[in-house]
Amino acid sequence: MISSLIAGSLRVATGALARWHGCGPELRQRIYFANHTSNLDGPLLWASLPTPLRVRTRMVAAHDYWSVGKLRPWLAQRVFNAVLIERKKPTAECNPLNTMLEAMGDDHSLIIFPEGGRQTSPEPEPFKAGLYHLAKRRPEVELVPVWMENLNRILPKGEILPAPLLGSLVFGTPIRLQEEETKVDFLVRARESVICLRGMCG
Amino acid sequence: MNFDHELTCLIAGVVGVLIIASLITRILLKKARSEGARMTLENVAARTRAWWGMVIIFTLAILMGITGTVILFGLLSFMALREFITLTPTRPGDHRTLFWVFFVITPLHYWYVLDEWYGMYSIFIPVYAFMFVPMRSALAGDCEHFLERSAKIQWGLLICVYSVSHAPALLSLQIPGYIGENAKLLFWFVIIVEISDVLQYVWGKTCGKHKVAPKVSPNKTWEGLIGGGLSTVVIGASLWWVTPFTLMQAAAMTAMVVLLGFLGGLIMSAIKRDRGVKDWGHAIAGHGGVMDRLDSLSFAAPIFFHVTRYALIPPSVIVLP
Repeated sequence: MISSLIAGSLRVATGALARWHGCGPELRQRIYFANHTSNLDGPLLWASLPTPLRVRTRMVAAHDYWSVGKLRPWLAQRVFNAVLIERKKPTAECNPLNTMLEAMGDDHSLIIFPEGGRQTSPEPEPFKAGLYHLAKRRPEVELVPVWMENLNRILPKGEILPAPLLGSLVFGTPIRLQEEETKVDFLVRARESVICLRGMCG
Repeated sequence: MNFDHELTCLIAGVVGVLIIASLITRILLKKARSEGARMTLENVAARTRAWWGMVIIFTLAILMGITGTVILFGLLSFMALREFITLTPTRPGDHRTLFWVFFVITPLHYWYVLDEWYGMYSIFIPVYAFMFVPMRSALAGDCEHFLERSAKIQWGLLICVYSVSHAPALLSLQIPGYIGENAKLLFWFVIIVEISDVLQYVWGKTCGKHKVAPKVSPNKTWEGLIGGGLSTVVIGASLWWVTPFTLMQAAAMTAMVVLLGFLGGLIMSAIKRDRGVKDWGHAIAGHGGVMDRLDSLSFAAPIFFHVTRYALIPPSVIVLP
């Protein structure tokens, strides 16, 4: 109930228009991966999914950011059902990969931002290896590229107050790790699949 | 608001027209054979549905009096401004300026309109806000395209907030012999603007040949402007009994509104074309964004407001609050 309300208000506040360009909103296990420029990215991608998908989709987020204060942990746990990972000092006990695989289980989808953090450059930074490892361990899961536009103008990095502009997001054609594809090749291809959706907003 | 017999007639008339439009589109949709005709009619059906929604919301706002009306137009301004700034990009250095523009300047301006403080709302944006915008952006320290960025934000404020707000400001005009009846004037003005849009579209679609400014808008033709304009003048004049105008004044005012609305639409088309888009947004099915519906109104409203004010209110009555 609260989740739906917050998802609805997020969509209204950002005026977000979601376009399903390369695939439809299907109820199957997926990993959505997108460019990352704003703290709104994860919540908005999650909010843009139709309810049946949304309740089975968890955004992967930084433990160090979402465990500060009272509001953020509540949002992360009760609303977004986020998967909090250790990004600064991963150890053997809290390896982010294991946390993510566990969170997926048999029927949950993930939202991840393979750049590893919010960027201010117009082009996404090179992707980190997490996406590759996920694809390798769960080869049957679809990897859906998503382009998020204008979110950095609504809430840029380092700002607390939003400017209420219109955001939009495009869902592209799912990709999978191909046989014999190297880590570098795959990460480049994954990044390209996000960038090429850029022209389809607006 | 004084909900008198004439206003009831006006609303009933609009609802009647919409019922007829809905019925005709439904019948034509059943008979349509070709794919192209179907597509056009689906679009007309979507537009008609959107018109129903707009008329219902607008009527409810009028029923709530000046507060409801000002809040409605304030929300429309907010939505139009976000479409405008989204499409005419600013830089990260403008972020804090934009926060002020959306959450302080726009609400404050509408507060002055609600307060009927004419002396303030007529200068607040073009003087104070226009000086504040570059000041705040300069403090953020980004010089790139500075003049262009300031101008974009100022223009957004002027068109989407300042101009649009002159429609609800009509409610505060103290016209002798028409006190308490201003809701009808606002309703009449909005009807004229929108009917003019619709009729220019219909005339242009059916017999438009000579384009007025093909590079700016291929849909705007002389046939559409003249045919749609003249038929709107006939409708506007025939509704003179709800306005404070005489028959001739109503006809002249309608002609002015049609012309200003046409030029406003043309200006906004030029901006859209410059940005390489067709619509301002996706807020209203069949119509594009809010700004696609408000463009003619925003250019007609301030001039209509002032002409009405100077024509009908004797100088001795005008007291600046």
